[in-house]
Amino acid sequence: MTGPAPEIKISVRDLAVAYGKTPALKDLNLDIRTGEILSIIGPSNSGKTSFLRSLNRMNDLNPQAKTSGTVRLDGRDIVREMSAEDLRKLVGMIFAMPVPLPLSIRDNITYGPRMAGVREAARLDALVEESLRAAYLWDEVKDRLRLPAQKLSGGQQQRLCIARTLALKPEVILYDEPCSGLDPISTAKVEESMLELRKSHTLVLVTNNTKQAARVGTRTAFFLMGDMVEIGPTDRMFTRPRDKRTEDYIVGRFG
Amino acid sequence: MSKGETVREKIGFGALLTATLLVVIPVAAIVVLIVVKGWGALSWEFLFSMPRNGMRAGGIFPAIVGTVYLVFISLAFALPIGVLAAIYLSEYARDNALTRIINLAIINLAGVSSVVFGLFGLSLFVVFLKFGVSIISGALTLGIMTLPVIITTTREALRAVPASYREVSFSLGASRWQTVRHAVLPRALSGILTGAILSVGRVAGETAPILFTVAAFYLPNLPKGLSDQAMALPYHLYVITTQIPGIPEHFRYGTALVLIGFVLAMNIIATVIRAKAGKKK
Repeated sequence: MTGPAPEIKISVRDLAVAYGKTPALKDLNLDIRTGEILSIIGPSNSGKTSFLRSLNRMNDLNPQAKTSGTVRLDGRDIVREMSAEDLRKLVGMIFAMPVPLPLSIRDNITYGPRMAGVREAARLDALVEESLRAAYLWDEVKDRLRLPAQKLSGGQQQRLCIARTLALKPEVILYDEPCSGLDPISTAKVEESMLELRKSHTLVLVTNNTKQAARVGTRTAFFLMGDMVEIGPTDRMFTRPRDKRTEDYIVGRFG
Repeated sequence: MSKGETVREKIGFGALLTATLLVVIPVAAIVVLIVVKGWGALSWEFLFSMPRNGMRAGGIFPAIVGTVYLVFISLAFALPIGVLAAIYLSEYARDNALTRIINLAIINLAGVSSVVFGLFGLSLFVVFLKFGVSIISGALTLGIMTLPVIITTTREALRAVPASYREVSFSLGASRWQTVRHAVLPRALSGILTGAILSVGRVAGETAPILFTVAAFYLPNLPKGLSDQAMALPYHLYVITTQIPGIPEHFRYGTALVLIGFVLAMNIIATVIRAKAGKKK
């Protein structure tokens, strides 16, 4: 190892998630480092989305979901030491399918800040431009911010959703298969924005696309049936996986 | 496709069309009958004057006024309570024994026959709470009767809002109430209005619940306040059809025409509001 020990943004201890009696994630221990892009790969039912949704307590919305263990964000317990609303402002989420609310482009971006009590139009305007620029969408929509967001193309909608999340100035952004419905060009733009955002944010990316994990991830974790099989620097994971199951998955022998 | 299949498909199609027509025919027949027989009665005098000569002449103005009062006052009670209850049940309540009992109660409330509501209104509002036979007693009784309609349609409207809107709103740090208020309710508004329209139809048309609680056979004056009795269109129709001999037939059909015309007018107003609300977003 070279350089100083990396700073820990999120520490996960003994995290388990179950839906009713079905376990989805078993006793996970993991540290997410400040400024990294942690990619999580694995077949369906591997627990990767359950993991992601416990980082911003979206699992709380499912009455069937039972979560145990602790997650700390900058040392603070996200369940006992902060409200779900405050947590979600710090830990934003991008969903697999872009869901613009049936509002204008501008009102979509300002939704989070408005709910948080921001009223001044000038400040909201600044947030809109800043967020859209960071999501690589500003040039395409700057002249039609009053247009319904649902008129945008799929790729534009996903970047709008990214901008909407950025408007809250989160420190961590969770991506739940953000490109599963996008064409390669839109995918490239989303990935480009991720690499740029990495400079000021910590990113966690759940993806079914192992190539995407290889392209953008600083580290990659492989989940299988609710267990984390292996985690390591992305280069090493894809060239010299230590576990046979990881290798099988990466080369496409199952999953 | 073989010839046999084509024939079978045609027969099936014909059966579906027939069934649909069987639904439309009675509706059309009722409307045509009432319009044809009642049109002749319509006049300014019929709509806007008091009954004269033992209700054999003059107009039905007090019955129209009474029904308008009952509709608006009962909805003023039932709409907020029903909508808030539906929001609670759909967005807040967990699936537990209490929620299931409440659901059961709502279903049963919808199944209670309207004359039972009338009797209930008589014993609770008229007698026990000493409101007397009055507009307030009748409106409250009608309001309770229409609650299950409003709750059920509002819940359907809320359920029709995609769950993903809620998820997105929560993920952006919104509280549950903010999510309901800004992400869910605006999208459910038209469905809620539909429930309100259905209620207007029922409240305006029901006879049994108002029989013991508000309706007057004949009043020489318009009601002056909530504690007065009132005439109402459906009960007036019953009275002039069965209780008083020698009333011209077109008076009855004219009254029925005014009743369905009123409900239709409310529907149109609500539809316009709904279209405007839909355009805004």
